[in-house]
Amino acid sequence: MTQIGNVTSQHAPSAAPKEALQSSPKAAPDGADHKIIARDVDVFYGDKQALDKINIDIPNGAVTAFIGPSGCGKSTFLRCFNRMNDTIDGCRVTGRIELDGQDIHEKSVDPVLLRARVGMVFQKPNPFPKSIYENIAYGPRIHGLATSKTEIDEVVETSLRRAGLWEEVKDRLHQPGTGLSGGQQQRLVIARAIAVSPEVILMDEPCSALDPIATAKIEELIDELRETFAIVIVTHSMAQAARVSQKTAFFHLGSLVEVGDTEEIFTNPRDKRTQDYITGRFG
Amino acid sequence: MTDMAASTSSSASTTDRISKSLVKRRRAEKRFRLYGQIAIGFAVAFLLILLGSIVKDGYRAFWMHEIQLNVTVDADRFAPEGQRDEASLRGINYDAIIVQSLRDKLDVENSRTNRKALRDLVSQEFGFVLREKVLADPSLIGQTFSLTAPLDDQADLYFKGEIKRSVAEDNRPLTDRQLDWLDELKSQGQIKSKFNTLLFTRSDSTQPEIAGLWGAIVGSFFTLSVTLLLSVPLAVAAAVYLEEFAPKNKFTDFIEININNLAAVPSIVFGLLGLAVLINFFGMPRSAPIVGGVVLALMVLPTIIISTRASLKAVSPSIRQAALALGASKNQSVFQHVLPLAAPGILTGTIISMAQALGETAPLLMIGMVSFVPSAPESVMAPSTALPVQIYIWENASERSFRDRTAAAIIVLLGFMIVMNLAAVLLRRRFERRW
Repeated sequence: MTQIGNVTSQHAPSAAPKEALQSSPKAAPDGADHKIIARDVDVFYGDKQALDKINIDIPNGAVTAFIGPSGCGKSTFLRCFNRMNDTIDGCRVTGRIELDGQDIHEKSVDPVLLRARVGMVFQKPNPFPKSIYENIAYGPRIHGLATSKTEIDEVVETSLRRAGLWEEVKDRLHQPGTGLSGGQQQRLVIARAIAVSPEVILMDEPCSALDPIATAKIEELIDELRETFAIVIVTHSMAQAARVSQKTAFFHLGSLVEVGDTEEIFTNPRDKRTQDYITGRFG
Repeated sequence: MTDMAASTSSSASTTDRISKSLVKRRRAEKRFRLYGQIAIGFAVAFLLILLGSIVKDGYRAFWMHEIQLNVTVDADRFAPEGQRDEASLRGINYDAIIVQSLRDKLDVENSRTNRKALRDLVSQEFGFVLREKVLADPSLIGQTFSLTAPLDDQADLYFKGEIKRSVAEDNRPLTDRQLDWLDELKSQGQIKSKFNTLLFTRSDSTQPEIAGLWGAIVGSFFTLSVTLLLSVPLAVAAAVYLEEFAPKNKFTDFIEININNLAAVPSIVFGLLGLAVLINFFGMPRSAPIVGGVVLALMVLPTIIISTRASLKAVSPSIRQAALALGASKNQSVFQHVLPLAAPGILTGTIISMAQALGETAPLLMIGMVSFVPSAPESVMAPSTALPVQIYIWENASERSFRDRTAAAIIVLLGFMIVMNLAAVLLRRRFERRW
């Protein structure tokens, strides 16, 4: 299972860090600007191997969707990008993941800084049990991005506006964020992630707990956000992947089966397993 | 057609079988409910019996009888040369003045036995009150003024109906004549009953009528303050470290097992530890709230650690993830998000542990807080008793009146516990509403 999609020989596992640095991101064949490059990533939970030699390039300014049946490791892989797997006992990640050409597993990389650069939105909306305002203000405040009251007010408003939530909550900024509806909470959480101006936003099945209307709103939002951020979304819904993403990666049993432009994957899959999954024959 | 018939009949028989098994299931449910109701009934009955018997004994101690007398400090008799210096004022036989005043009131012949019998009707406290009054204002000598003081505990019991005339004179502490005098004084309006404030304002005494709980309350307050200050920071820090930061390995497992075991160690063992280590080795003062506080802190430490860890565990992992994914450090995620959410649980655990420490007796006996201390301690280093120990001391006293006071002290202790537990519930509700 090597050399799939647009993985090129330049990104071979043996590539020295320096070479890898040089080879990224402009060297990609399609000329796209690659934000994240993963090479030979293995993930283990204890003795159990969850992911096997994953190679993928995440482009800038586009949405990349990870699809695949439950337990295929797509969420696990997503969590590698901001090293959230570090917080799980017994989870071990090997291989090379570069963010703007720098290996995120290097000692000099502080996971806290990494997570400020790579934001994440979870499956279940998880606003802090504080006011809407505090939810947004928390990130900029701890990172020192906004210090004065006016600066923070500004960040809160911009973030909520970009998440399309401002009009709905501007009159109740100081009421608890947990009092919002599920869809609003998820947009609040996205606004919270935007507030620290990350470069990448990871979304782990962000719509699985939402109704179709809320889902539509989130998808619309994702589409707007992709101009500024590299977005990686894990989804169970093939339709959603087709709607929101420009690039799709299909995972199966811990390996990356196929990756390519969304249109191509959905219309002309190369692997039989991809085809079977997309047409609903398993999964 | 035949197929349809077959399927209907089979579905009918399925329904039959389900409803048959349903009868059995419903019966089991009913039986279980009955068991539960019986168990709760028993528990409530025993609680009522317990509280009833305590209240039955204890309510008497909450009121007392006072006597009001006009006393005259005869200047010719007690200060013939006009002495006003403290030593001679202290030397006055104030009891004699009181007996004189009673004799005048009751018109009793002056005899040795009469004087003694009259003297026994009022509390020794009366003499002290009178002395303090004269010492404070020597100009009272030669004057007649009104003074109020508690009755002696036996006389008090007579008015509370605990000493009955129907009992043979030899079998009761008061003679017929004494009872006559008391009735006479009562009919003259000299004796009044009132709420027993002394129970709360006085410390322990050998005289039951003026023995109170103030010293024990202050002692308990000092002890619990030391316990709280020592145990809460230590326990919360230990729990946060173990739950949030410590690696999960054999060593931390071992520590966890030991903490759980410590919670089950009998409290008297902590008392022994306090005696051996704190008093004998470190030379801390005996009977002092500081030692009691340290010992009780050691005792409640595992309980608070366990309850704190439980409330930390109960905080949804999604909050931790949210904070970490936003770039909060581990410290920030714990102290700005997890700990505030766990606070109501920690608070409840702490207050309940404190209530447990308040009622703990055995370790305090071991470190010598079980002595007669007639005044409230001024500091955590001063000798003191504590509420549960005071109950123990009074229970062992021989006077009849102390029996009532024991029960009253139990009521007071239970009152404090109810207040603490109520506070735990209220604080919990208040804080939880914010989330």
